[in-house]
Amino acid sequence: MIKHFLNLEWKQFTRSASFGKSLGLKILMGFFALYFILMFLALGVGMFPMLKKIFPERDPFVMFNSFIFYWILGDLVIRFFFQKLPVMSVKPLLTLPIKRGKIVNFVLGKSALSFFNFLPLFAIVPFGVTLIFNNYNVSVILIWMLTIFSITLINNYLNFIIESLSAKTELSFLPIIGVSGCLFALNHFEIINISELLAAGIQAVANNPLLLVVPILILIGLYLFNFKILRDKLFLDSSLKTKTQEVNASNLEWTKKFGDIAPFMQLDLKLLWRNKRPKSSVWMLFLGLFYGLVFYPNPTYQDKPFFFIIIGIFITGIFLINFGQFIPAWDSGYYKMLMSQNIKYKQYLKSKYTLMTLSVIILFVLSIPYVYFGWKILLAHFGAAIYNIGVNTYVILYGGSFNRKKINLNEKAAFNFQGTGAVQWIIGLPLIVFPIIIFSIFNYFFSFEIGVLALIILGLIGIVFHEKLMKFITKKYLASKYKMIAAFDQEN
Amino acid sequence: MITTTNLSKKYNGNQVLNIEHLEIPKGQSFGLVGNNGAGKTTYFSLLLDLIQPTTGCITSNDIQVNLSEDWKPFTSSFIDESFLIGYLTAEEYFYFIGELRGQNKADVDALVNEFEDFFHGEILHQKKYLRDLSKGNQKKAGIVAALIGNPEVIILDEPFANLDPTTQIRLKNIIKDLAEQKGVTVLVSSHDLMHVTDVCERIVVLEKGEVVKDIATSGETLHELESYFAASAEV
Repeated sequence: MIKHFLNLEWKQFTRSASFGKSLGLKILMGFFALYFILMFLALGVGMFPMLKKIFPERDPFVMFNSFIFYWILGDLVIRFFFQKLPVMSVKPLLTLPIKRGKIVNFVLGKSALSFFNFLPLFAIVPFGVTLIFNNYNVSVILIWMLTIFSITLINNYLNFIIESLSAKTELSFLPIIGVSGCLFALNHFEIINISELLAAGIQAVANNPLLLVVPILILIGLYLFNFKILRDKLFLDSSLKTKTQEVNASNLEWTKKFGDIAPFMQLDLKLLWRNKRPKSSVWMLFLGLFYGLVFYPNPTYQDKPFFFIIIGIFITGIFLINFGQFIPAWDSGYYKMLMSQNIKYKQYLKSKYTLMTLSVIILFVLSIPYVYFGWKILLAHFGAAIYNIGVNTYVILYGGSFNRKKINLNEKAAFNFQGTGAVQWIIGLPLIVFPIIIFSIFNYFFSFEIGVLALIILGLIGIVFHEKLMKFITKKYLASKYKMIAAFDQEN
Repeated sequence: MITTTNLSKKYNGNQVLNIEHLEIPKGQSFGLVGNNGAGKTTYFSLLLDLIQPTTGCITSNDIQVNLSEDWKPFTSSFIDESFLIGYLTAEEYFYFIGELRGQNKADVDALVNEFEDFFHGEILHQKKYLRDLSKGNQKKAGIVAALIGNPEVIILDEPFANLDPTTQIRLKNIIKDLAEQKGVTVLVSSHDLMHVTDVCERIVVLEKGEVVKDIATSGETLHELESYFAASAEV
């Protein structure tokens, strides 16, 4: 049976429509994996001498164990965002004579083979070996390694339980961040010294092999709990069937002020608010607004004015970039319908343009408090905002006419690369790099103010030639109409 | 009303459609039948300018569809679920389509209310998004949306599939009514020979992209069609 499952997996991998296309992405991921492996190896090899050097009077082995608490917390948080329960299209299997338990066991078993579970080994094994060479008891160290590995697996299964409990709601990451933050705080302020307790526990297990039963029992318990959760979901009417959402209707009468583009604006606003993927680009706004706080308080950036421009472009344009890069793929699900309807392409695009412009204005207003860090920052943000409105909106709309990738609106957004192609990366460059170059040239030869003025003038030129530019972009979209329809028709 | 001349469509050298001449007069209810891959959906897609013809053209009301967009105001269609906007409720979808077709809310409400029995209380006022409706109900919403804005040409691909028997009968009455009372040109494709013969004045059979039969519907038509498809099953 497992042979059949593996066979299916392999075919799913090699025959997926995006196999060739996303190969570049996979290679990139491969490099990341290699990088992490090397990092962990270095950590494992260098850990013993490093600990010896920093804490000469303490036992490196005991010291390392007291760090394990932080590692577990960090590991859990990272897993929560990056590791997903391996999916298998079980729907067609449900009616076949296969026991449900077998399917669940396969899925859970496969998750144990995740990269996340092997990564720690690259640090633990070299560290363990150095310990053995430094005359630690061989059997103690071996048991210790086993313990750590079982903790890794505990994390693995714990993560899936956390994920399924915190459900697919919006901001589902709040509980995990909250809980791990609390644990960290409890430990940090020494209200309960969890890290020492855990270290003592691990130490005890290492010294007494019989106690190894404890982590293994925990592991088995978590596995069974996962098994139960998954098994209960393996019915067509529970998790496989999409949950129906209660409608949150709101009349968007105020959009009527925008005249003939009102129906499209209403549609776009509903698109943003009612679908997981675009909704996350709204949440990104709030994260983006705080981006400046990372750099501005730091005095090293105060005399590098081009940083103000980067951050200005980013803060005022985060929605523009996030939302704009997937025009018109947001509408890919019903693109055929739009194209057979009595619509003017210009109105359709203008609605997107208006939405992006509004976002830039609102974000600029919200970013005014940054004036606290100096009036130059406000000026730079203003220049960036005008540039965003007058240049970047058109660039991103133009880039959209090369968009050939469908987007499934209802998939989770974090680290979802669906719909991302070379176009997005190429378009991203001029959006940020070009204004910086212009500003830097004028800033170098004249002054900061002239540099900002150059950006403002460029933006104003774009605004003045709005009609002409939109006409040009509309033509581009019309020219690639058939290609887009055909591309959006394909599942990737 | 709709004239097709020398129309052909090839994919990588494979001919999927080849119609030398086909004339559909105004107010006709026109049925297209054929097995899978016969070219029904391809023909409709060409008619809606969703794909480009390899040769030839279609003119609708003297407007060549792949050159001008002026056919759009009087043409409406429902091809498949991808014509629906999943994150809208049925009402919102109707209003959106209405707005694109120059109808205000009151117009749309008036039209939609005529189809209350067609909807069977499962579409309006449901507080559900279209993506959460069943396949059959999605289809109903899509078909009614295609009737908004007094179109002169309505194109429905496989409208009977996925519908329950009661709704099928109601839909047949709606289509007949459109052609007979309102002079609307209705183009329907179907695998169900009985339904098309009931509804359409004229039936064209496609096979491998070519017109093999063009029948004005009479009492004999169903039998004729059945024996035609039975014959191709024996070969």
